[in-house]
Amino acid sequence: MDKPSPFFSNLKCRECGRLYPKQAIHVCDFDFGPLEAVYDYDAIRPVLTRAAIESRPHTMWRYRELLPIDGEPTVGTQVGFTPLVKADRLARALGIRELYVKNDTVNYPTLSFKDRVVSVALSRARELGFKVVACASTGNLANSVAANAASAGLKSYVLIPADLEQGKVLGSLVYGTNVIGIHGAYDQVNRLCSEIAGKYGWGFVNVNLRPYYAEGSKSMGYEICEQLGWRIPQHTVVPMASGSLLTKIHKAYGEFARLGLVENSPFAVYGAQATGCAPIAHAMKRGTDIVKPVPNPMTIAKSLAIGTPADGYYAIHAMRQTGGSAEDVTDDEIVAGIRLLAECEGIFAETAGGVTVHCAKKLIDTGKIPRDGSAVLCITGHGLKTQEAIAGKCGELRLIKPSLREFEEHVYAKDTAAA
Amino acid sequence: MPTVLIPTPLRKLTNELEEVSAAGATVGELLDNLDRAFPGLKDRVCDEAGNVRRFVNIFINGEDIRFLEEKATPVKDTDEISIVPAIAGG
Repeated sequence: MDKPSPFFSNLKCRECGRLYPKQAIHVCDFDFGPLEAVYDYDAIRPVLTRAAIESRPHTMWRYRELLPIDGEPTVGTQVGFTPLVKADRLARALGIRELYVKNDTVNYPTLSFKDRVVSVALSRARELGFKVVACASTGNLANSVAANAASAGLKSYVLIPADLEQGKVLGSLVYGTNVIGIHGAYDQVNRLCSEIAGKYGWGFVNVNLRPYYAEGSKSMGYEICEQLGWRIPQHTVVPMASGSLLTKIHKAYGEFARLGLVENSPFAVYGAQATGCAPIAHAMKRGTDIVKPVPNPMTIAKSLAIGTPADGYYAIHAMRQTGGSAEDVTDDEIVAGIRLLAECEGIFAETAGGVTVHCAKKLIDTGKIPRDGSAVLCITGHGLKTQEAIAGKCGELRLIKPSLREFEEHVYAKDTAAA
Repeated sequence: MPTVLIPTPLRKLTNELEEVSAAGATVGELLDNLDRAFPGLKDRVCDEAGNVRRFVNIFINGEDIRFLEEKATPVKDTDEISIVPAIAGG
């Protein structure tokens, strides 16, 4: 048993503030409000200095005092510290002065930001003694739970909607996990998982381990600040499924300011969704915080297709409080966003990345993000996982015989004529 | 009578029962009857105004009652009702 963390003391209901012990529980007994980790920032401040952080390995665990486990991390110790790319060509294409891409398409080991949350959830699952871990997933989380559980020697079950992309299904099966496809939308997978978690005592990373899981997303925000030279970006565009990542990036910036690691400068967070499943963006545009669920999500951005977003309410408040806003884009715009990012920056993002890029374009075009500003786009997963979405939509293979004459005739002559 | 699946946070009120039966022609009536059998249960699920709380989802045979008629949704004897807390994404 690890000694309790001196920095992370309790779980606390976000609604009523009741305190709970650091167990595998995720909602308040009294109002079902989500439970969140509570830290002793006064104890953290003298320990977690810029110098201390800079002296540590380049992983998300360099901010470990702000992550909710008791002992040393034991799962996913190599996760995080992905590149923050200064995206000058994309900035010109979108018409903004300064732009960065936080590139979690190359996160270790499963090429999405979910490795961050799983690293925390499974490290905590081990501390709490779980032998079987599981998740409800739209794909990326399943990949990450499967891989990280395999390397930790934990048995795992991942439950996914039956119609996911092949890359995401194979990308779980290969690790020897139990992949269960559910005939239904993600929200039904979620409901089932909630019932299973209560019944068998498994560690479900996004159900009973959710308070630990969710905090892992903050590391993306910490890294952005550090990689920008210890400052909070003016504008951050974040894809939204449940809305959790956006609220945690908002929290991360606030914590860094509170700890004096960055100046407490004004910042805004913006949420990006696909029009075929945009309950949070639509509520934001209607000017309300009542998120109307989407019964049948219809979008190629399957990783964002959550019709009943658990953190929608908090995401809306984070956007509103910081002066940010939300956008949504069609399937064609998602493909255009994927191509633009790939062609400008050499980064191949999954559909959620296309959503983020094209929503950023809309936010800039409508003046919500000013053209003379500086923005960060959070790109959360790799394009190799969702190849179906762009197949046949980004140029064609040109076939020739292995002959110089054919090359000159069919390729060189045509291309020089076109130029 | 319809079957109701009780989530972990509410089992302290149901003597740790995972599944209970309750009568009622609608979801609202069923919640009232559940509250009689297990006092305090309705307060956990509904706010002061009697509306289902923001972070609670109620399903009938897997359908979210917000897509049906909310608390006025009719309930049949063979139905399975789930009360489920909101879950983070994936």
